[in-house]
Amino acid sequence: MVLSSLSPSASRAAPGRTRASRPGWASPMGVITLAMLGSLAVLAVAGALSWGRAADRPDPSAVLRGPTADHLLGTDHLGRDLLARLLSATWLSLLPAVAATLLGAAAGITLGALTAVVGGRARRLLGALINLLLAFPALLVAMFFAALFGAGAGGAVGALAVACAPGFARITQTLAAQVAGTDFMAAARVLGLRRHRLLLRHVLPHIAEPLMLSTTVAAGSALVALSGLSFLGLGVQPPSYDWGLLLSQGLDRVYTEPLPAVAPGIAIVYAAVAFQLLGEVLAGAAGRRTRPHPEEEPGARPARAGRPASADHVLEVEDLRVVLPTTDGVIRPVRGVTLALRRGEMVGLVGESGSGKSLTALALADLLPDGARATWATHRFLGADAESSSRKERRGRLATGMAMIFQNPASAFNPSLRIGTQMTEAVRAHRGTPRAEAVEQALVQLRRVALPGGRRLLRSRPFQLSGGQRQRVAIAAASMMRPDLVIADEPTTALDVTVQRQIMELLRRVRRDDATAILFISHDIALVADACDRVLVMYGGTVVENLPARELAVGARHPYTRMLVASVPDLAADRDRPLPTIEGGPPDPFGAAPGCAFHDRCPHRLDRCAVESPVLSPLGPGHEVACWGPLPSAPRPGRNETEEAEK
Amino acid sequence: MKEGTGLALYDVTVRHDGPFGPVTAVDGVSLEVPRGTTVGLVGESGSGKSTLARAVVGLDSPCAGRITVGGREYRGRRAADRRRLGQQVQLVFQDPDTALDPRMTVRQSLAEAAGAFVRLERRSREQRIGGLLELVGLDAGCAGRLPRQLSGGQRQRVAVARALAVGPAVLVADEITSALDVSVRAALLTMLRDLQRRMGFAMLFISHDLAAVRHVSDVVAVMYLGRIVETAPTESLLRGPRHPYTRTLLSAVPSLHAGRRPAGEPLLAGEAPDPASPPTGCRFHPRCPVGPNHRPGRDVCANRDPHQDAAAQPHRTACHFPSRADDRPPHAGGVHQDANGGPTPRTPGEPPS
Repeated sequence: MVLSSLSPSASRAAPGRTRASRPGWASPMGVITLAMLGSLAVLAVAGALSWGRAADRPDPSAVLRGPTADHLLGTDHLGRDLLARLLSATWLSLLPAVAATLLGAAAGITLGALTAVVGGRARRLLGALINLLLAFPALLVAMFFAALFGAGAGGAVGALAVACAPGFARITQTLAAQVAGTDFMAAARVLGLRRHRLLLRHVLPHIAEPLMLSTTVAAGSALVALSGLSFLGLGVQPPSYDWGLLLSQGLDRVYTEPLPAVAPGIAIVYAAVAFQLLGEVLAGAAGRRTRPHPEEEPGARPARAGRPASADHVLEVEDLRVVLPTTDGVIRPVRGVTLALRRGEMVGLVGESGSGKSLTALALADLLPDGARATWATHRFLGADAESSSRKERRGRLATGMAMIFQNPASAFNPSLRIGTQMTEAVRAHRGTPRAEAVEQALVQLRRVALPGGRRLLRSRPFQLSGGQRQRVAIAAASMMRPDLVIADEPTTALDVTVQRQIMELLRRVRRDDATAILFISHDIALVADACDRVLVMYGGTVVENLPARELAVGARHPYTRMLVASVPDLAADRDRPLPTIEGGPPDPFGAAPGCAFHDRCPHRLDRCAVESPVLSPLGPGHEVACWGPLPSAPRPGRNETEEAEK
Repeated sequence: MKEGTGLALYDVTVRHDGPFGPVTAVDGVSLEVPRGTTVGLVGESGSGKSTLARAVVGLDSPCAGRITVGGREYRGRRAADRRRLGQQVQLVFQDPDTALDPRMTVRQSLAEAAGAFVRLERRSREQRIGGLLELVGLDAGCAGRLPRQLSGGQRQRVAVARALAVGPAVLVADEITSALDVSVRAALLTMLRDLQRRMGFAMLFISHDLAAVRHVSDVVAVMYLGRIVETAPTESLLRGPRHPYTRTLLSAVPSLHAGRRPAGEPLLAGEAPDPASPPTGCRFHPRCPVGPNHRPGRDVCANRDPHQDAAAQPHRTACHFPSRADDRPPHAGGVHQDANGGPTPRTPGEPPS
């Protein structure tokens, strides 16, 4: 943050941050909600104070009157003013509803949250109890208990609390189960923390927000239900009264005087809607806090470099930049990446997390997440410029010429569709291949990735396969279209070393057989050095070095590459010497400070490094470095280099 | 039972309820981690490494066998039993993003752990937190931050500090480096070794990253389908692996400095079998490069379960046809299928050649 305090981006990001944290009260719905709740609160207090006496004063001379100037809503059978009764009943109606909701919520939440902290047997019993309680319709339960507790306000509140508790218990149980499965809960258990502490410290704070929302909404329903009980004669008993009772009494003469019945009905609906709206606004505010806020970016697109198209290149990109809005402001994960892939070439893209390698891949495949925007000086795929073609043409070219393999094979497939459907859908959609022919092609591809089972495998669903099998299916599916370029984003990170070897072998075969170019993204330098022809090293959103893979171990010239190589633990290295590490942290993704992104961690930095960004420039055959003072190319092992740096 | 022993496992078996009946995730594992030493546990996913870790810290309960810490067995599932075990054994998780409560600051997390078993005064608690942060190489300014304001490496350091806050006799590290970048990984490994030297806890270091395991471990145990197939001092295992599975595993590790792997090296055949119905005899025999599928006449592998050699041997392997110690290590030049394997099966218990 120190860096960014100077930069224009930080000041631009700041208003975004405040706006992102502002709840939804300023929206029209928020204003209406506030007004409705405010009016209810005023009525609840003022109603009892100003009209309380008038509401209880009988007037034998004016019994069962219709609306007049003195009595706007008329009078009841004892001649009491109905408007006064309606207004002074506000708090008599709202308070029990809120009380019933709170009681029910407290009981239900306790019951539900307990399931997260008790042992397996008690959890099953509690779960069964909650299911059993949920099986009874809430209103029936409320009526049963209201009758059991005896008619009256207290009985109705108790009955309603009992009726709404199971719903809360179920919601809480579901929410708490998500928390109970987390590692931090397991860590707290390993620490031997007591149950009440687990509950209060770790479970409840995480589920408080959704529970508050459902409590608010439930208060609205409780009001309606309570009025219903009063209406049925199970709730408040005369001489006490609430809206439900007023409605019930008004209903006796609804055909002669509709207003005494309609007015309490309107009051009930008004209050219930106010509670529902409050829930909506709270939910909106919670959602806004977690949603990133788009920020206007100056569309500064650098002048086009206009490098001539090369027939040999599958993909050429110059000065690719990506901006990504987040809740904390706009970050620039990719800041000018230039790369080119030849036909049949396997290029590794290495870098640490946050270096922008995955977003580079997604930008190339036109798969950036919502809100993210990419700009470039040149973007040429299969010789066709991205500028000179429509979005539809570009998409079509990407769909047939490019395939992606993702890190997590578990989520790369739709779990509900059969493998065969997912493998054949691309050729059927883009090439119009008939189904039978597509299936034959899929079988050929599966044989190529050494997956036995043929048609049986095509009929299976993704969850029936192991991680390694799924990744092989992903490769088979990717090669269905015979793409010119495959982007493999950490395809083996989730897999074991033995399976990793199988996958690497397959990728090599795909490359050899179809002359497919492969962009292989990984953080595993040893793997990339072993598998690829060329390696691009990314740091802070730019490519800092482009070198032949065989030179990576000893021939790297950028200080970052050298240090990265040195920090890789090796099976052959001396164990007793401490592993060299890179001091300092990764660059600030918000920052837009000038100079080399690595300069504050670089042991070889020059004065120039802090003020001027180095550009990727050729050093030797097939070797480019973005550094003002590239290290000498003497074939020294990288290890010594970093130890020097540490001293 | 020896005094001062750190963690010891005797024939521990753990079963899960799978969708199609019970799955034996850990099957008769015996392992010893003396105080002040580290045992690295390697194996592919599904081999039961993490289940074993959860059993050691009491998150899963073994259905057979004994687990002792400092010579004492901690059984029982009541909260009091849990707490007694928690004072002795702590676990660091794989993913630093989820291992810390996202709503608690570093100070709160550490205070909770430090105060889990002893009541601390306000001042001594602050001192303890400062000391813990210093222990894991973080500056005191981190204490007020939330986990999302820290980098992955810093978060993992906080997780280590939290585990060490109770002063455990045994630390279980379950894949703690696999979510980290290489530059951060090296620093964390170095720190762990250093901490162990100073505090003397026994450590069970679980990982599928052999280079990381090698860096911190004194002894390495290799697990396959719920069983330990080979146990040996680290260098002995890496230089002279004797179980064919260990050899395959080692040959699969890409190396930056050893040069490019020659193409066409044998891959591990087939898929890992379903742990719910493991193969008979040696569990590795259907995929074994020197097993009955490749060497006719080695039916013993499919019929009889190989047991680990005598416990007194430092290098133990559960194989009927182990390779000899003088075979070349696989990462120095490929697996030599033809060089290993004696002509006669060795009976269990017989000293290795």
